[in-house]
Amino acid sequence: MTPLAVDMAPLAVVLGALWDASFWIGIVGVTAGIYALFALGLQLNVGYTGIVNFGQAGFMAIGAYSMGILVVKAGLSFWLAMPVAIAITMAFGVLIGLPALRLRADYLAIATLASAEIVRLFAQNARGLTGGNQGLACGPSGACYDDAWRGIELAVDGWLRALGWSNPEPLLPLFVAVWVTVALAIAALTLVQRTPWGRVLRAIREDEDAARALGKNAFAYKLQSLAISSALAALAGFFLALNLNTIAPAQFEPLFTFIGYGVLVLGGLASYPGVAVGAIVMWTLIEGTRYIGLPIGAEQQAALRFMIVGLVLILLMAFRPQGVAGKREEMVLGD
Amino acid sequence: MESGAAPTQRGPSRGPASRARLADTRAARLAAGHPARVALGLVVLLGLVLAALYGLRDVAQTGLNGLALGSIYALGAVGLTLVYGILKLVNFSHGELLTFGAYVAYLLNVTLGLPLVLGAAAAIVSTAALGVAFERSMWGPMRARGAGLLQLLLMSIGLAFLIRYGIQLVAGSQIRQLEVDRTATVSLGGGVSLGQTELVTIVVGFLVLVAIGLVLKLTLLGKRMRALADDLELAETAGIDTSRVVLYTWLFAGGCAGLAGVLAGAVTDVRPELGFGLLLAIFAATILGGIGDAFGALAAGLVLGLVIEWSTLFIDFRYKLAVGFVVLILVLVVRPQGIFGSARAV
Repeated sequence: MTPLAVDMAPLAVVLGALWDASFWIGIVGVTAGIYALFALGLQLNVGYTGIVNFGQAGFMAIGAYSMGILVVKAGLSFWLAMPVAIAITMAFGVLIGLPALRLRADYLAIATLASAEIVRLFAQNARGLTGGNQGLACGPSGACYDDAWRGIELAVDGWLRALGWSNPEPLLPLFVAVWVTVALAIAALTLVQRTPWGRVLRAIREDEDAARALGKNAFAYKLQSLAISSALAALAGFFLALNLNTIAPAQFEPLFTFIGYGVLVLGGLASYPGVAVGAIVMWTLIEGTRYIGLPIGAEQQAALRFMIVGLVLILLMAFRPQGVAGKREEMVLGD
Repeated sequence: MESGAAPTQRGPSRGPASRARLADTRAARLAAGHPARVALGLVVLLGLVLAALYGLRDVAQTGLNGLALGSIYALGAVGLTLVYGILKLVNFSHGELLTFGAYVAYLLNVTLGLPLVLGAAAAIVSTAALGVAFERSMWGPMRARGAGLLQLLLMSIGLAFLIRYGIQLVAGSQIRQLEVDRTATVSLGGGVSLGQTELVTIVVGFLVLVAIGLVLKLTLLGKRMRALADDLELAETAGIDTSRVVLYTWLFAGGCAGLAGVLAGAVTDVRPELGFGLLLAIFAATILGGIGDAFGALAAGLVLGLVIEWSTLFIDFRYKLAVGFVVLILVLVVRPQGIFGSARAV
């Protein structure tokens, strides 16, 4: 082996991963889809309403824990618990929004971040309800929530085998479910944005006083924007729990809200499809580090992944504050 | 929305301000001039109520713990508030300056086996230098380009990640201890005892806080800093060399943050999340004291530390951080100019 071949080895490993279906479906695909849902809410808030919501991880936690507690502890069915958990999360969003949305941008950011941290502290310490740091033990069969989702997975697996796929990707059903949800959410949000309601949101973003002068109750619109965003976070939380098979406080650290902002600016502000692109790019960057054959341990690799997130945020804010594909005339963070 | 939206400014009201408003401003100015006195009054009142309910010993014990915690908050907040006030930078990477300081102290104190005092001195100097380095490489150029509040805010979050996980990349995420005797306690009589480390933290914290207060109050540089935090354009018009003051502000903010990091590392432990874990409480102290108000931040840091530790008398101690966050949200909602601040643009 020539020295050059040795040098090229890490690159070869990366390129190998690019052809690996499990990388794109199970590792990048599912996670990117979950974060696309998560960041679609941020897009509605930041890109279209001008609300700097730093509490998205907290809303995701409320959604995931409500669902878990309703199914595992209260014995509700999967399909009944889902709308109830979404309603709880939206109510929590309104509860936080009522005081916080009256604040100016930087205070709103700090207040929503504090609210998300309060949620996480409760999740860590209210052990009877949440299982503390160990997390909420999901269903008895090891599947998260009850066996409803496991049944769907097995059915899909059976169909794929019947079609002649000898060893189907285990996470393919989740992958499809997540991305169908993302596609539906993008379509719905894009349509809603064209309604008078959506236009009022943009008016509030551009000039709240002007919107108010035209008789629009800006506060109510902002509250609705936050409630819808928290519902999207709750959906992301359900999928996150299904993907990780557990619900634990560490999944809802502020870090993940900030990754959501990275996704947002990567995809460009004021663009819903951009969020999906941003999520895929972000998670390819983050997960790609696994495949670079660097001589470092798993812990250093984890550190490196989040350094990349930091670097992406810094560079984008320094050189392209409207995001990679954002429209400068539409929404710029620099104003 | 941002500063300048509201026409009221600190200082004697001019123009059409009503009499009532004038009186209000005067009272607020009095409070702003003597934040320590106001804080002392409030804290003594709260302490007396708690002492009546839970006994003097418990209140004194938790109060001392609170002062140790509060000195760390105060040291963190005094730098954050000046940067926030002067440069309009909501610096989410301020916590990582504390972490950096703690690791520098660890490097000298444990890795090289030097006394902790030297480690602390090195932490102060190097963190101050780090603050200036980021000002020169990032914040200064971005301000010159007219970057907006949110743009800088997200950039500071990116920087926080870069520093925190950079430290983790080099040092690993294991929890480390500085060379301090964590078991030694000092009995203060009446059944109240305090860990030696906590006692040192309180003493060092108070000495430094008083020194900072004197520098800000008496020296020309301190006055200039406060003038800039109050109104940058007015200060420039008055002939203050703002770029020099900005430089000193970062040296000051970084140095205080470095020391706060060392104290926090000594009282608890040294880990990559050290600073970020303190950041929200430091923000709370900053807002509680009124943004840009250095004295307010000092007093509010101590008050917050006391309130958090006193809350453990009637709330499960595991939720004490949540108490700090609830205080933060309450202050934002009820009195966003801070308890010591005058009603200005909020």
